[in-house]
Amino acid sequence: MARLLLHRLGGLVTTLLLSSVVIFGSLYLAPGSPENVLFGNRTPSAAARAAVRHRLHLDQPLPVRYWDWLTGVLHGDLGTSMVTGQPVADRVGSGLGTTALLVLFASLLVVVLGLGLGLLGAVRPGRLDGAVSAVSAVSVSVPPFVAATVLISVFAVRLGWLPASGRGNGLDGLVLPAVALALLSCGFLAQVTRNAVGEQLGREHVQTALARGLPRAAVLRSHVLRNALPPIVTAIGLLVAGMFASTLVVESAFALPGIGQLTIQSVAQKDFPVVQAVALLLVAAFVICNALSDLVQALIDPRLRTAGRTA
Amino acid sequence: MRRLVTWWAPLGRSGQAALVWVTLMLLLALAAPLVAPHDPGQQSLLDSYFGPSPAHLLGCDGLGRDVLSRLLLGARTSLLGPALVVCCALLVGIPLALAAAWSGGWVDGVIARVFDLVYALPGLLLAVLTVALFGPGLTPAVVALSIAYIPFLARIVRAAARQQRVSPYVDALAVQGFGVLRITVRHILRNIVPVVVGQAAIAFGYALLDLASLSYLGLAVQAPTPDWGVMVSDTDALMQGQWLPVVAPGVLVVLTVLALTVLGTRIAGERTPYLRRGRARRRRPQSASAPAGTAGVAA
Repeated sequence: MARLLLHRLGGLVTTLLLSSVVIFGSLYLAPGSPENVLFGNRTPSAAARAAVRHRLHLDQPLPVRYWDWLTGVLHGDLGTSMVTGQPVADRVGSGLGTTALLVLFASLLVVVLGLGLGLLGAVRPGRLDGAVSAVSAVSVSVPPFVAATVLISVFAVRLGWLPASGRGNGLDGLVLPAVALALLSCGFLAQVTRNAVGEQLGREHVQTALARGLPRAAVLRSHVLRNALPPIVTAIGLLVAGMFASTLVVESAFALPGIGQLTIQSVAQKDFPVVQAVALLLVAAFVICNALSDLVQALIDPRLRTAGRTA
Repeated sequence: MRRLVTWWAPLGRSGQAALVWVTLMLLLALAAPLVAPHDPGQQSLLDSYFGPSPAHLLGCDGLGRDVLSRLLLGARTSLLGPALVVCCALLVGIPLALAAAWSGGWVDGVIARVFDLVYALPGLLLAVLTVALFGPGLTPAVVALSIAYIPFLARIVRAAARQQRVSPYVDALAVQGFGVLRITVRHILRNIVPVVVGQAAIAFGYALLDLASLSYLGLAVQAPTPDWGVMVSDTDALMQGQWLPVVAPGVLVVLTVLALTVLGTRIAGERTPYLRRGRARRRRPQSASAPAGTAGVAA
């Protein structure tokens, strides 16, 4: 177990370092120099340009800048926004809470509804299963931006129950965004759960246990669910990770002041230091989610503890 | 006629409906300028938010532009973009996957690791970063998504090709002196065509979804051009309580993605979970052995 943990941690750090190189490198190899963002349409004198380049450390070679940036990041200094002049860490920090809460809220919805619907479909074949399957099939095809639009149209504009944009007071402002974020993942998890549980229900040891008269609930809990968990956990890991990417869409749709909206704004303003920090943060969230799901797998399934990889 | 029957019947009723819908959308997109009742860019402020009427079947948007015509013309960018994404991803992905499956060993290891690495990055994030570099537009979005979709297609193709690689007929062909290229392309690839086409259809749906999201964010197709994603982003109409101009393109996105997913799973031979009940269709043995989408999630 300890070896697996180390292995995973190593892979995590490597992936993060690699993606930080790619993100840092690509943003500064982009057409158009970063300092042009500051000058806008004006054409600066050579001296002014040189001064700005010096202040942004653009006159130093790329590896040096990368090293400075990396050490800065490790010390909690993410640089300064080129547009507002605020420290990037402040801008990111103010959005982090909203995004984390949103993803947490949506994840809860996904786990409860997705698992519940999937289980329901698996253990009640027939019309109920058909209905569950149809609903989940449609909901995997609804992208968050369409879900957000329909939800705003119905619950914010028509009925006026919940705010259409902004945080609102308390959790009000997060309800519709969380539902919009969770819908697609709910359907996906329901499908995965239904298939995994259905497959286990047909296995011989389950049939034997049922035939010998063990209570159905006990069989379901300790023989079916336990064995069906690995694909379900993998799916949850992937889905939660994917939700971090989808916050880009949902936060923009609902004008929520989170990381996703900050990313889209900074991309539009070409505010490179912010884009770098946020992109790295999103990749980190993604990688950590996947690593966590692997670790949980190993906790559930002892066979995976000795081998380094699941494949 | 016989050929038609051999692939039409196994699709099942849902698969057939999905195929009809997708074909209809593609045809409408192609013929859009001929079928569209109005010029999609023509504004008339007097018709602002004019409801459905014989002249404007789906009404008008805030600038008095005909919604139906914009939907028809919008189908072009909305479907062309993802089609390009899938084509590019296939062009790069299939040769890589076949090479990996054929050679095995360290070549396979390296290619598989690279696929895993790219697969770990969300396509949407990659596309947003690319747009940050090259500015908004359909081209950078399509390029970024093509890269993101290579592993989605290639991982499945590699798994299917590896199964074929170890089957006796491949050894038999190799012993007879057939070249690597001939065996992989004419025999292995041919045998896994259902898997490739099915996965490509599913990828088409997801790419459509991603590109529409990007256009919605204003990062891919730009505003005056009619596009489904762009049309949904009309917050003005939404706040005015005018749901038709924003919800109609959204519904088209959902239906088309749904149809592509159903069609893809049907073709790839993965029994769609939501359709398993009733007639379990027997398929011809050699394609039935192909591992469908399941390997992608579990690996």
